[in-house]
Amino acid sequence: MNFIEAVHLQKSYGELLAVNDLTFSVSPGEILGLIGPNGAGKSTTIKIALDFMKPDSGEVLIFGQRMNESLKDRIGYLPEERGLYKRLTAMELILYLASLKGMKKSEAEERATDLLKQTGMMESKDKQNKEMSKGMAQLIQFIVTIIHDPELIILDEPFAGLDPVRTEIVQGIIGRLRDEGKAIVLSTHQMNKVEELCDRVLMINMGRTVIYGGLAETRAKFKRNSVQVAVDGEIGDIPGVIESRTGKGCIELVLSPDTTPQTILDGLRDRGITVNRFEVTSPSLHEIFLSLAGVEHA
Amino acid sequence: MHKTFLIFRHEFIHTIKRVGYIIMTLIMPVLALLIIGAFELVKTFTEPSIEEISTIGFVDEADSFSEYTDQGPVKLIQFDSIEDATQALIGDRISEYIVIPADYISSGAIQRYTLSNEIIPPQVTMHWIKSFLNWNLLGDEVPPEIITSVVSPLSMEITRLEESGDFAQDQGFIGNIIIPGIYSLLLSMALIFGSTSLISGLGEEKESRLLEVLCSSVSVSQLLIGKVLALGSAGLLQVLVWLISAPPLLSLASTSLGGFLSDIQVPANFLALGVLYFILGYLLFAIFSVTLGGISPSTTEAQNLGMFYIMSQFIPLWFVGALINFPNNPVWVVLSIFPLTAPIQIMLRLGISEIPAWQIIASISVLALSILAGAFLSFKTFRLFMLMYGKRPRIADVIRGLRTA
Repeated sequence: MNFIEAVHLQKSYGELLAVNDLTFSVSPGEILGLIGPNGAGKSTTIKIALDFMKPDSGEVLIFGQRMNESLKDRIGYLPEERGLYKRLTAMELILYLASLKGMKKSEAEERATDLLKQTGMMESKDKQNKEMSKGMAQLIQFIVTIIHDPELIILDEPFAGLDPVRTEIVQGIIGRLRDEGKAIVLSTHQMNKVEELCDRVLMINMGRTVIYGGLAETRAKFKRNSVQVAVDGEIGDIPGVIESRTGKGCIELVLSPDTTPQTILDGLRDRGITVNRFEVTSPSLHEIFLSLAGVEHA
Repeated sequence: MHKTFLIFRHEFIHTIKRVGYIIMTLIMPVLALLIIGAFELVKTFTEPSIEEISTIGFVDEADSFSEYTDQGPVKLIQFDSIEDATQALIGDRISEYIVIPADYISSGAIQRYTLSNEIIPPQVTMHWIKSFLNWNLLGDEVPPEIITSVVSPLSMEITRLEESGDFAQDQGFIGNIIIPGIYSLLLSMALIFGSTSLISGLGEEKESRLLEVLCSSVSVSQLLIGKVLALGSAGLLQVLVWLISAPPLLSLASTSLGGFLSDIQVPANFLALGVLYFILGYLLFAIFSVTLGGISPSTTEAQNLGMFYIMSQFIPLWFVGALINFPNNPVWVVLSIFPLTAPIQIMLRLGISEIPAWQIIASISVLALSILAGAFLSFKTFRLFMLMYGKRPRIADVIRGLRTA
């Protein structure tokens, strides 16, 4: 059973069509990367999924049911823009929000202590939230999101404002949660994090699906027929190469449609050229995102 | 239900621990004590004690005032001349002296000499001097009890009867408006505190997106009911502290200030109606506040808009003078039934005149119905617009949203 099953979602704000016929699903043990430029409709999609707002048409099933109050304790949600009750301490805030997720105090205290230790925030547990830095407050919010061990986790820009060390910590925890069988929706602009963490990706632009599928499958789909090589000496003209671009320490060779990378490697060897590096070029998600977002905006 | 209680408990504890709330709760009794204390202090300076005025000198130029010099706690000592009396005053043998001129019988005027700097003569001194003069003037002519009556001429006890001729339960004494008046003022303050706390709390949660986190855990109705009940309970606690402290403070005030305060009667149904109207009034204002807090883009804007309905509750207090003079005007009936003004208007009228039962029933019914209808619309509006950031929905948007919700 998919933990989220969204079918043909549509939502408009007056004249603006924010979400246009969006269909996607998230299964247990999977991270779905939700990406797209600003204003693409990511936040609206998340809010519809959480039943904060109703779609104009289409349907979202959570754990196979329409969203209802009984399901809320099984969901963890980290909104994009975050704030805390300023006068509460970190621990008071965590325990209060954990209680709203149905946790007993003793259980919540134990789990909070564990998560505070994992995130290196134990020393700040009695600090008032107004005394915390943005990164610290963000970690507290992250802890609040997962303290009740939710089966479905929706994270909107979880790495924004975190330093590299804290980013690694959060990334590690997200990976572990996936391994434990949680279904995770990760909305972010950090494409490298999507590549490192996500199993599948949903790229939307202007409310519509641009890419939806597995990461490897997506890369293959947008693969350019080119290789990157680093050699000793000059390469010269090689049959099947229609363009060569010099990069940092290597050359990218763009191949004609009927030429394979193996043909090029064989050609180099036949000429006695020493090959130090040979790599079939695979486009990064960032490049795919830029190219598609650029096309959509154009 | 459990989550509503959790929100209630969190909000209640959070509210009563706030410095502003504690100050607001304690400031009323403390302020009253300070006023009574200040009055006592002023009285100490302006009103000499019986011991201090135990000896008053007099110069009798009319030659008719030599007897009855022992006036209870005050003794009067005669001097032959103004110079002698002045010397005695300077020498601290008397506290003051009076000169009764030869033409006193025709003029009725005497002179009083004192070392004190006074704006008006102390009442206690005036009473005993008047008694001394009257006893000397009438002592040989009329019985002593008549002279006593002349000195303290009138003690009027007023009794209001029903049209049936029976003794009226509510005696309609002017002092009776004191407690309803104070209650109305305190109720207004509690409503302002409750409304602004709700608006600012929701505003903070909306601006920081905590509202989204909360709504991912609880329903909108659980959230709002928990908040409204918590702030209502905190407000009720505040009013109860004020009401509990009122009787001892009034008793202290009547001992200190005397006069009509000691005759105050609290209307029989006052407490029950007071609590009921507090709860209903609070709920109505809370519903307005929740709606504003949910749909306004910022706390400041919500508070500014809130002033419109918050100020409306003061309308009965603005016209309290007219209410005392014309208690049966139909305007007060309208204000007693109109939900925004009903709580305070009814409580003020309770102290002045009897309110027909139908008016109280109508007032409570309209208020209760307004709360139910308001809550229904408010929760829907809140849910529709709580995630709208940066701009306030227009009334047309709200109506359209409610139609399609």
